[in-house]
Amino acid sequence: MEEKLIKLTIDNHVVEVPQGTTLLEAGKLVGIDIPTLCHIDLKGTCVKNKPASCRLCVVEVEGRRNLAPACATNCMPDMVVHTNSARVIRARKTVAELILSDHPNDCLTCPKCSDCELQRLVMRLNIRQMPYNDGEKSERKNEVTAAITRNMEKCIYCRRCESVCNNVQSVGVLGAIRRGFDTTIAPTFDRMFKDTDCTYCGQCVAVCPVGALTERDYTDQLLDDITNPDKIVIAQPAPAVRFGLGEEFGMAPGTIVTGKLATALRDLGFDYVFDTDFGADLTIMEEGAEILDRLKKFLAGDKSVKLPIMTSCCPAWVNFFEHNYPDLLDYPSSAKSPAQMFGAIAKTYWAEKMGIPREKLVVVSIMPCLAKKFECTREEFKVDGNPDVDYSISTRELARLIKRANINFANLPESNFDSPLGESTGAAAIFGVTGGVMEAALRTCYEVYTGKTLPRINFDEVRGFEGIREATIDLNGFELKVCVAHTLSNARIIMDKLRAGELDYHVVEVMACPSGCIGGAGQPYHHGNIEVLKKRCEALYAEDEGKPIRKSHENPDIQKLYKEFLGEPLSEKSHHLLHTHYFDRTIK
Amino acid sequence: MAKETKLACNVIEQVEAICDKHGNKPGELINILHEAQSLHGYLPEEMQRIIARKLNIPASKVYGVVTFYSFFTMTPKGKHPISVCLGTACYVRGSEKLLEEIKRILNIEVGETTPDGKFSLDCLRCVGACGLAPVVTIGEKVYGRLQPKDVQKILEEVDN
Repeated sequence: MEEKLIKLTIDNHVVEVPQGTTLLEAGKLVGIDIPTLCHIDLKGTCVKNKPASCRLCVVEVEGRRNLAPACATNCMPDMVVHTNSARVIRARKTVAELILSDHPNDCLTCPKCSDCELQRLVMRLNIRQMPYNDGEKSERKNEVTAAITRNMEKCIYCRRCESVCNNVQSVGVLGAIRRGFDTTIAPTFDRMFKDTDCTYCGQCVAVCPVGALTERDYTDQLLDDITNPDKIVIAQPAPAVRFGLGEEFGMAPGTIVTGKLATALRDLGFDYVFDTDFGADLTIMEEGAEILDRLKKFLAGDKSVKLPIMTSCCPAWVNFFEHNYPDLLDYPSSAKSPAQMFGAIAKTYWAEKMGIPREKLVVVSIMPCLAKKFECTREEFKVDGNPDVDYSISTRELARLIKRANINFANLPESNFDSPLGESTGAAAIFGVTGGVMEAALRTCYEVYTGKTLPRINFDEVRGFEGIREATIDLNGFELKVCVAHTLSNARIIMDKLRAGELDYHVVEVMACPSGCIGGAGQPYHHGNIEVLKKRCEALYAEDEGKPIRKSHENPDIQKLYKEFLGEPLSEKSHHLLHTHYFDRTIK
Repeated sequence: MAKETKLACNVIEQVEAICDKHGNKPGELINILHEAQSLHGYLPEEMQRIIARKLNIPASKVYGVVTFYSFFTMTPKGKHPISVCLGTACYVRGSEKLLEEIKRILNIEVGETTPDGKFSLDCLRCVGACGLAPVVTIGEKVYGRLQPKDVQKILEEVDN
């Protein structure tokens, strides 16, 4: 179909754009970067916030009396637009000054300093004074949870967090309350996050332009542990970390830094540098066995078997179904997440092997995720009060630590992870993207179920960024129906169908964050640029392709672990160490 | 915030009926809140959750609307709701002093209710009786040309 094009002029550039294009988008096409603050549009995902409330993107349209917000004004034929007239520049500056009038100016110590969109804007607009800075300051709540830090005095009401919490995640916890100077964005009934349905997915943090919502920082605690001679500190970085970390050091998105990551962790003083990817391969062994176990029972006519089986790696997803679907807790796999499996094995199998007492060990996960911080605090993942994973730091926190320790990341030599909990396959690498856990499970389930070697390793049918994807996989004549969903609003669609008895799949994968862990809330900020996520995704599949072993069950150290310690998948020992159960966490 | 008490079954049913009457449409939220408040006197958390569930919207959305409009209240009103007029005429004739005196005697702030549930205190702007300024209403009754020294006696009378 031929698209109707509209011709208009922006700052003396003639532009032709399809109908429905905004002035903001049209400006981008000719290289005009109109400043924005509240606006975010992660194209290709449902992350979008367009309230036109900050008014920083105002432009002058000839023939219109008022300035128009470029983010919410559509291009019209023969429009003549000025984005840099004196009137526009003055108005934009005043708008920014008014926003600053209700924003604390403690930038020096703000966790968002140098990554703050408001700060960048103030620099760009050349604001050197704060003319309205003696007015009334609103008092708002602060909170530190295990995962997220809330400092609402810094909030500028862009409402991006509200958009993602409601529209992208359907969690519906964050919303604007009260009015005028008393307005604030708050969890339901102005409670603390911990008393609401918050899943700690952290997507509010991922989009917050300022320092109102940030991660809980554990780097000081980590430094204390590393420098404590009585502690043995173990690192386990998640798959997605190695495809994002480089960005914090000026590298192009999609740069794979696996080798440098291992070196940096060693230089930081970690005693052992292992890999959560090992835990991912282990997850596939257990979850894969559980999938086949349920399928076999189902095929044998067992009516009580719960299908579809759902993945359980994503801690925000686990929180989500515990809060919203307490009647369906039997469906998700009982397998713990890779990071928790790793912790359980490190503090038993490996600790025994090394003769290190549990209390001496500190297992730290480096995650693209904030919900993992909460996961570490779950009582069921502790032995006599000692957690399997002591705490979790985000990709961003690791970057800060590396900078603090004067490590020149870009020039680091590459090195390998330590043995034996550092060996991993391509199947583990792809855990970091939506569809990856499914693909990794299919690679193993296919071969175990059929006894044949896979004709092709890649399952392209479960890849991509589409919100809900379905595929049918031929397992020796048995048609395995699978579904992959990312974002919690898509998970809700699946769960509502399951509750209504309308779901016809055998296996479902859910990841809470848009695009999966590569777009996790602990990753370097994407600032609304979808290309960043696409590049991370390409890097992840490249890492998989480059691995000599690409199926979890072929990982020699995993095989050894079963031989020496666990026996076989779903054994009693496996159940004890690698599986969990779920709780009804409905908010009353 | 008021102490949460469990809603009676019949109140829950009536609130659900109000939602049903409006087709459980999210767009009807404000109308539903109006009717629910006139039914129950105020909008406690539990009632907001019921409405949210019926309309299939997050409770945070309902709470956002309830806190945005000053008409809606999450505090139960007293048996005798007191309103002190702070409109221009009443204000210049000393209604602020009346307000201070009522706050002192009842030991509550504006928007609150006494622990025994007898009195609640609010302010308003003009009841159309400026000739009687300063004016205070208790329940349906209007008291005009009041002075702070009269307040104690009137409250005692109303209470009996």
